[in-house]
Amino acid sequence: MTKQMFRTFVSGLAVGASLFATQALAKSDITIAMQLEPPHLDPTSAAAQAIDSVVYTNIFEGLTRFMGDGSVVPGLAESWEISEDGTVYTFKLREGVTFHDATVMDAEDVKFSLDRAMAEDSANAQKALFAGIESVEVVDPLTVKVTLSEPNGNFLFNMAWGDAVIVAPESIDNIKTNPVGTGAFTFGDWVQGDSITLNRYPSYWGDQPALETATFKFISDPTAAFAAMMAEDVDVFDNFPAPENLPQFEADPRFQVLVGSTEGETILSTNNKKPPFDDIRVRQALAHAIDRQAVIDGAMFGYGTPIGTHFAPHNPAYVDLTGNSAHDPEEAAKLLADAGYEEGFETTLHLPPPSYARRGGEIIAAQLADVGIKAEIINVEWAQWLESVFKGKDYGLTIISHTEPMDIGIYARPDYYFQYDSLDAQTLMETLNATTDPDERKKLLGDMQRLIATDYVNGYLFQLAKLGVAKVGVQGLWENAPTAAIDLTQISWAE
Amino acid sequence: MLRYALKRLISLFISLVVASVVIFAVIEVAPGDPASFMLGVNAQEDTLAALRAELGLDGSKIQRYFNWVSGMLVGDFGTSYTYRTPVSQMIADRMWVSLPLALYALTLSTLIAFPAGIYAAARRGKPGDLTVMGATQLGIAVPNFWFAMMLVLIFAIKLRWFSAGGFAGWDKGVWTGLHSLTLPAIALALPQAAILARVMRSSLLDILGEDFMRTARAKGLSRRQALWRHGVRNALIPVLTIIGLQFSFLLAGSIIIEQVFYLPGLGRLVFQAISARDLIVVESVVMLLVFAVITVNFLVDLAYAGVDPRLRGRS
Repeated sequence: MTKQMFRTFVSGLAVGASLFATQALAKSDITIAMQLEPPHLDPTSAAAQAIDSVVYTNIFEGLTRFMGDGSVVPGLAESWEISEDGTVYTFKLREGVTFHDATVMDAEDVKFSLDRAMAEDSANAQKALFAGIESVEVVDPLTVKVTLSEPNGNFLFNMAWGDAVIVAPESIDNIKTNPVGTGAFTFGDWVQGDSITLNRYPSYWGDQPALETATFKFISDPTAAFAAMMAEDVDVFDNFPAPENLPQFEADPRFQVLVGSTEGETILSTNNKKPPFDDIRVRQALAHAIDRQAVIDGAMFGYGTPIGTHFAPHNPAYVDLTGNSAHDPEEAAKLLADAGYEEGFETTLHLPPPSYARRGGEIIAAQLADVGIKAEIINVEWAQWLESVFKGKDYGLTIISHTEPMDIGIYARPDYYFQYDSLDAQTLMETLNATTDPDERKKLLGDMQRLIATDYVNGYLFQLAKLGVAKVGVQGLWENAPTAAIDLTQISWAE
Repeated sequence: MLRYALKRLISLFISLVVASVVIFAVIEVAPGDPASFMLGVNAQEDTLAALRAELGLDGSKIQRYFNWVSGMLVGDFGTSYTYRTPVSQMIADRMWVSLPLALYALTLSTLIAFPAGIYAAARRGKPGDLTVMGATQLGIAVPNFWFAMMLVLIFAIKLRWFSAGGFAGWDKGVWTGLHSLTLPAIALALPQAAILARVMRSSLLDILGEDFMRTARAKGLSRRQALWRHGVRNALIPVLTIIGLQFSFLLAGSIIIEQVFYLPGLGRLVFQAISARDLIVVESVVMLLVFAVITVNFLVDLAYAGVDPRLRGRS
């Protein structure tokens, strides 16, 4: 190679590199990894969070929607009016909204979606969200009137759930494999077992997103997740499954780690009807026997916020009640003695697969053993957990993260799996549901938190953290997870 | 030969029927309701009942068994509870990953094992033999997922020659497809190659002591000629058995490797389906794997007969 040729070759390389650089500036595609693959893509007929992660606000939108900070803002409904008595909601829909098949989204679609969710043969996993709806009427193409049987302060919040998105009768038959919504992204391709691709929808009613295409990849194994991130096969890992690896990402200049909060109250659920847990002193003893920080450090490598009641600490209505169940083994032993269990007792501890439960369970079992409670660990799969613990109520203790947002209402359901039957809780929730004034609601929520904390219904452990890992340069990721979602409309690459 | 094949075919058929009953019974007995798994903790009783009816889970077990078997006979494996797509379609898609992976790994392991085994046998007790045997000992002792992780660490994270996992798909070209299967195939092949090489070596050593080998040398063949013409062929029977077993293992047993490399293969499908209580998928895939194993064994039996004429008369 002559010098001349070499120079040409080198400058050619430089041009190539600069071309590549401009391309990199305009990067408009992203690969996001998640641990679980959605079973199908209909958010209105399954509980799987992975469905919402892919489709919520990307493919499907509801009348209202959650923002990353947990607030509820207008979605397909531009505005609404609420009648004096709080039972009639009149939604004004946005103009010019089309589904991805080019059909127009109008009041008929809203009526269809809500009626479908409430119907007798509905497969909606959160049917209770729609329970209070008496009727849905089409006033004109852009106005819908929803009448409730009684006032419900949570109604706008409920309509923001992924289970309440607006679907169209034209495309409903194939929604599971070919979802057609109104969102900023259309469904592209699904290589089952591997990935789902979404593409930007050019006729979207709102602002065009920065991303052109987004690929969701499904990597369940924590070691594989680490390797995929390190090899830069993926740009973002939505909720990284191995907290022990995070310091390594933090130390690596190629990556950013986003530690936020989820709606997951991780609790030591207690069978309130099963002796000896029907004795409040025993439940109180449990609460004092647990060292929350040790569980967080041991099971979650320090990620997580201790809680003393069933409520998310990042919510403005949260009351810090951790002091109420402070770690105090002596007090716990004393309470057990008062209840007649000086020698302790034996019980079962059912642990579902997530590491917060399996690792946390080992630590809690050891802590309980210190005060004389011998908890036999039983590892179960999810399907088994649902069958025997949740439905069969055949358990003493179990560890589970309740990930539904604002789910304190479960304490007003005496048939719920922890079998807490309290008239006070039930009336309090009724009053809360009927209250729309924000200040009054906040106060009632506080009362409810205090009630279940002082009744020691469950052992409240910690708020599950959301641990995101991303390449440096990815912007607009949700730090917290007010609901399961990966909001692509906000994501972009830094220039 | 025909009689022999027919007898094998009948035993194949009986095994399949027995397997179908056992699979169905075992999977149906396991606790866990597919409908409540799909609808989660807030599902209402009427919603669950509606979904069960939709999935056809409300019929009697015997009825469902016969529906399943009669469907399979005409190639209809039913519809997945969770994915709501035909199971046959899902299996076909996954097969395009698992089958090439198994064949790739088997080819690699044979390519490594045959020369290694023959080389070791020919140099029995010498340093070459000891080195090969030491290496195979290591290959057997180390689990394949550990190999997998080491390969990822070196070739994906450090050298960036391969991606850490995933499958690009055959529509992006055969080369791209093979490229993404290379690390998993190596991880699967090495432990298999180690076993195969040892079997090859010991089988060949047995043969080398036989009278006909001495005769072959006596009629003037060189050591090498005798080894290749008479030794290797006769040593193949146990080796074929192992290859048959290995193929079945590679097809069904790559669950862990598919997890480590997040490949959309059959193993991972079964894994997901089991935890989601997608019973129909589990039953059908397991049945298919049983079918594959039994068929491979049948073919191996036939291959014996091809290699060793004495077997044709017996059976």
